[in-house]
Amino acid sequence: MPMLTDTIKEKLSSIQGLVFTEINNYPCIEVPKEKILEVAKKLRDECEIDQIRDVVGVDRFTKNDRFECIYNLYSHPLKIRIFLRVKLDSKNPEVESLCPVWSGANWMEREVYDMFGIIFLSHTDLRRIYMMDEYQYYPLRKDYPLMGLPGAVQLPKK
Amino acid sequence: MTEELINQAKAAIKTNGNSKHTKVLQALETEDVRAYFDDALENQLVLNMGPQHPATHGVLQLVVSLDGETVVNCVPVLGYLHRGYEKIAENMTFHEYIPHTDRLDYLSPLANNVAYVLAVEKLLKIEATPRAQYIRTICCELARIASHCVWIGTMAMDVGALTVFLWAFREREKILDILDILTGVRFTTSYTRIGGLALDMSDECIARIKKFIDEFIPYLEECRELIERNKIFINRCEDVGYISKEDAIQIGLGGPNLRAAGVETDLRKDDPYLVYKELDFDVPTLTESDTLARYYVRVREFYESIKIVRQCLEKLPKGPINSPDAKQVLPDKGTVYTKMEELIHDFMIVNFGNTPVKGEAYQAIESAKGELGFYVISDGKGYPFRLKIRSPSFVNLQSLPIMVRGGMISDIVAIIGSLDPVMGEADK
Repeated sequence: MPMLTDTIKEKLSSIQGLVFTEINNYPCIEVPKEKILEVAKKLRDECEIDQIRDVVGVDRFTKNDRFECIYNLYSHPLKIRIFLRVKLDSKNPEVESLCPVWSGANWMEREVYDMFGIIFLSHTDLRRIYMMDEYQYYPLRKDYPLMGLPGAVQLPKK
Repeated sequence: MTEELINQAKAAIKTNGNSKHTKVLQALETEDVRAYFDDALENQLVLNMGPQHPATHGVLQLVVSLDGETVVNCVPVLGYLHRGYEKIAENMTFHEYIPHTDRLDYLSPLANNVAYVLAVEKLLKIEATPRAQYIRTICCELARIASHCVWIGTMAMDVGALTVFLWAFREREKILDILDILTGVRFTTSYTRIGGLALDMSDECIARIKKFIDEFIPYLEECRELIERNKIFINRCEDVGYISKEDAIQIGLGGPNLRAAGVETDLRKDDPYLVYKELDFDVPTLTESDTLARYYVRVREFYESIKIVRQCLEKLPKGPINSPDAKQVLPDKGTVYTKMEELIHDFMIVNFGNTPVKGEAYQAIESAKGELGFYVISDGKGYPFRLKIRSPSFVNLQSLPIMVRGGMISDIVAIIGSLDPVMGEADK
């Protein structure tokens, strides 16, 4: 396992600002949000990471770097899993979409947008996926109450 | 407005008596309706399929655009069964959440229990005892067989073979009876506990499982005979719902659907959890990548699962089922009533929850549908800070538009059946 991360480190050495960490034995790379598309393209083309398995949105509820996106990537030829982590600020949580690199990111990013309000730039079809289109809140944010907000859902009049 | 139009039309008829019909039509039509008169055969029909449709296996809605009977495009609409399980998880202790995992993929609740508990155990840095690990492996495989039984029945029913549905459900019923003895309930099991299991596997249960796995294969072969040599079934499945290997990987397809596309991937082999390292089994892989290939991959998985259960029963070690870490694992109920120490631990775990250190953990298992993963983030308190469920059905459904494009409308039903989505899991 450490051997493989070394080769990935070498391939990515031209990109500045990456931090290599670990999530419970899986390698994880912290990426500045401007570099995410570049890193993803390099991982796909040069490191044989061919599938995106999941996108996890996190609301840390802190002043700086409130939101996080964790990309769960998998390589079928190498049989390894690797995580990418991007930190986003609370004012305009925006990050470049990874759909051009792995088209499977489409629905996963829609889910994160639906639940956290993180905007994925140049996403072709950024609609809500679970909640109704006219819903105005983002349910998985920490400032959204568990019981919901009264009046948030417009019900038809009798 | 309409009077004016009619007057215009009357005037037109007066001036040009021969072509009076066309003039009336022209006068009445507006910009919007002109399309209907242009050429009826060149228009696409938008058809709404579901959410209340027997072939969409739950509350899946498909908006299908049709040219005649050929599917031009398809947009799946999700969220009709969204219950906010990730939000619920942030407001209860790790143990309290176990019953909710039953309701994700409700056809294999045991596998969900195991996946969730493994993720939490990874976070707590504890490991279950060997006996518990073996029992959990048996549970996972029984869940896979039960889930595939429902799949083979419903898929055959979708393409018109009703008998298999009844026969497969009869087999599934036997598994549910085994679960009744093993866990105490038939359906929503909530069987696993953090660091162990709720109950030990009794000798009677072992005997029942042995009887079941000995009898299952002949029954399965009866079902296969009914459909595999059936021309209607073959014609409706062969070359239907094709997806290329590259597309399948790109779109994120997983589990048996990806193995039918020629990618040999199985987390039980690639990233072994539980005791799969010590067991001998094959990963069935095909390259045709159509509905029939997905059918054959799942049918072969039946045989592998039976093989795994048989090996587990042979190797099943004796010993305790709960890990000895008293601070994190619920003590035996008998000792809680008689011993002070256990009473305190029970009180602390039930009221304040397990206390992991700050950190994150990801654990995925190969469930019947694909990779079922739980990403747990803890901030050191007794409940998860964030719990993300990576549900295989959700991602598999994403490939549906690619598969149905260019096919017939009746193929949609067969393709959904072969993808085997469960909406409880896809909508979370």
